Amino acid sequence: MTEEILDASGRAKRRAQRIAFFTFTFMSFFVIAILLVILSFIIIRGIPAISWEFLTEMPKDGMTKGGIFPAIIGTLCLVAGSMLFAFPVGVMSAIYINEYAKSSWVKRFIQMMTNNLAGIPSIVFGLFGMALFVNRFGFGDSILAGSLTLGLLALPVVIRTTEEALKSVDDSFRIASIALGASKWQTTSLVVLPIAFPNIITGLILSIGRVSGETAPILFTVAAYFLPKLPSGIFDQVMALPYHLYVISTSGTDLKASREMAYGTALVLIVIVLIVNLLANWLRKYFGNKVKLH
Amino acid sequence: MNTSFKKFKETLIEGLLMISGTVTSLTVLLIVFFLFSEGIGVFSESPVEAGYSIALNKANTVTALSAEQVKNIYDKKITNWQDAGGKNEAIIAFRMDDIDTYYTEDELGSSFEHLPEKINELIEKNPGIIAFVSDKYKAKEFNGKIITVKNINPKSFLGGEQWFPTAEPAAQLGALPLILGTLWVSFCAIILALPLGLATAIYMAEIANDKVRNVMKPVIELLAGIPSVVYGFFGLVVIVPLIQDVFNLPVGETALSGSIILGIMALPTIITISEDALRTTPKAMKEASLALGATNWQTIYKVIIPYSVSGISAAAILGIGRAVGETMAVLMVTGNASVIPHTILEPVRTIPATIAAELGEAPQGGMHFKALFALGCILFIITLIINLSVEFISAKRK
Repeated sequence: MTEEILDASGRAKRRAQRIAFFTFTFMSFFVIAILLVILSFIIIRGIPAISWEFLTEMPKDGMTKGGIFPAIIGTLCLVAGSMLFAFPVGVMSAIYINEYAKSSWVKRFIQMMTNNLAGIPSIVFGLFGMALFVNRFGFGDSILAGSLTLGLLALPVVIRTTEEALKSVDDSFRIASIALGASKWQTTSLVVLPIAFPNIITGLILSIGRVSGETAPILFTVAAYFLPKLPSGIFDQVMALPYHLYVISTSGTDLKASREMAYGTALVLIVIVLIVNLLANWLRKYFGNKVKLH
Repeated sequence: MNTSFKKFKETLIEGLLMISGTVTSLTVLLIVFFLFSEGIGVFSESPVEAGYSIALNKANTVTALSAEQVKNIYDKKITNWQDAGGKNEAIIAFRMDDIDTYYTEDELGSSFEHLPEKINELIEKNPGIIAFVSDKYKAKEFNGKIITVKNINPKSFLGGEQWFPTAEPAAQLGALPLILGTLWVSFCAIILALPLGLATAIYMAEIANDKVRNVMKPVIELLAGIPSVVYGFFGLVVIVPLIQDVFNLPVGETALSGSIILGIMALPTIITISEDALRTTPKAMKEASLALGATNWQTIYKVIIPYSVSGISAAAILGIGRAVGETMAVLMVTGNASVIPHTILEPVRTIPATIAAELGEAPQGGMHFKALFALGCILFIITLIINLSVEFISAKRK
């Protein structure tokens, strides 16, 4: 009798578990399906638009024909510019937090401010970049102003990934180095950094992915609606891929005619993200270490 | 000498590193400074465009009006001076364009040389008039009474229901529809995303085997890496027409479209953070539960979820934070009508979308420009509250 009851409740328990697990599995695969739908939609619609001309020519006929060459170059300039700023500053900042800062209070404070900076919406960076770099410093709408704004946006990502990378270096390396008579900086630069290097680079790659797709911060600091020539200096305006996609999908001269261009531009952006993610994953696997973004 | 140089070098490097360490803090402070110093200016600007005045008949007892009253007068919602704090007198609202209903072209002169005196005359003759006049056409001996339009105050900025920053004669800067729109869209996004995200997190932390997990993890990171403008574009060409068809609406750009896209965008945040939280459950607790005869599922909802509930709520709050600050995707799919939303099938407009759409057109240093910075302040405060509450929750967990 008792056995029967136990058996029945066991069956009910197992059935409840089967239902629950099935639901969770189904919902998880649904999430994966959402991503696959978005990706395959953009890829299938985008591929017909991609051609050598599309990637290497200036936009023509009110941006309904031609290519997106200036936008590609513009995005490259902005990525390079922002990384030139964010990478050294971010890595140095992380070294300070992890290797040098003596009081835990200073450490906590910097980490808290970095978290806060990471939480600020990108459009607020845009407002700030416009007020400080474009107006106060008088850079105007320029690669310089846009790169600095994007660089500040990427800073928390670089700092966090570098911090994680430095943390994963075992203390025995530091102790051994110091014991051999090396100074703090010698230990950091010759022992700790080389070990942490692969993970730091992974962080750099991930922040490149982030920066190349941002639109809001460049709206008022650099992005040009239509500019069929290449920049000649850091005070020039440029077109950029994400802003170009926004323009031709919402406010172009002929929305229907520029749809194909929009699919093509979206595909180029997706491909950048794919490459960045694959590269970061490959690096992680290759060096057998994990870097977390969050 | 060599050692002292070495020492100097070490100190120099440490100083340099320290300076880099302060950059993020400095940036946050500078952002606060610039946002608020520009934003606060909105309260000291006149809502009437520079170079224009609002004039009344001299006998009128009214000396000042609020921007909202001016708008209501010109919209014919206030038609008697009694409702604006004056005497019982019908209001005649006058704009420069209306001049030809009062005077013929001959009377005004071929190059409008008599315009100033005619306006003078008009204001003098009509006791109930309110005239919106350009200072260019104001007579030297002006016989009307120029009144001040009150500057907006923080209360009317936050509580005002009208957002028409370019309205004439007086700009209407009420941020309430934008604030509610932002919260409404973000809230609905989380309602959609939380069950999905939580289910995926539980699946990845407790159910899936390593092989499946190792495939899913990078896929979810990829979802986080897609630029918001691509999400917006996808929403524009797929979700918006879909919503329009399914609900048979005149336009598909609605709060719901925005919430769906924002929900998808918030998924990676929710999944990664709640998965991390679920994983912190001590093994001993799980094993104790299983040893007592509980199934895996009972262990999940009776032990693991209660244990990690603060981490899960941090995930939800951060998801909301991501949605509140999102600009491009929302700008492209929500229709951007600045009205207070009542259902999810109406167009709405969020704070970030408003800034992105209007900053390019707002004259630098003008009231509209400053109002957009003030909106930035509100956005900053909302996200600051969100970040601080997440810090608070995670500090409590430790």
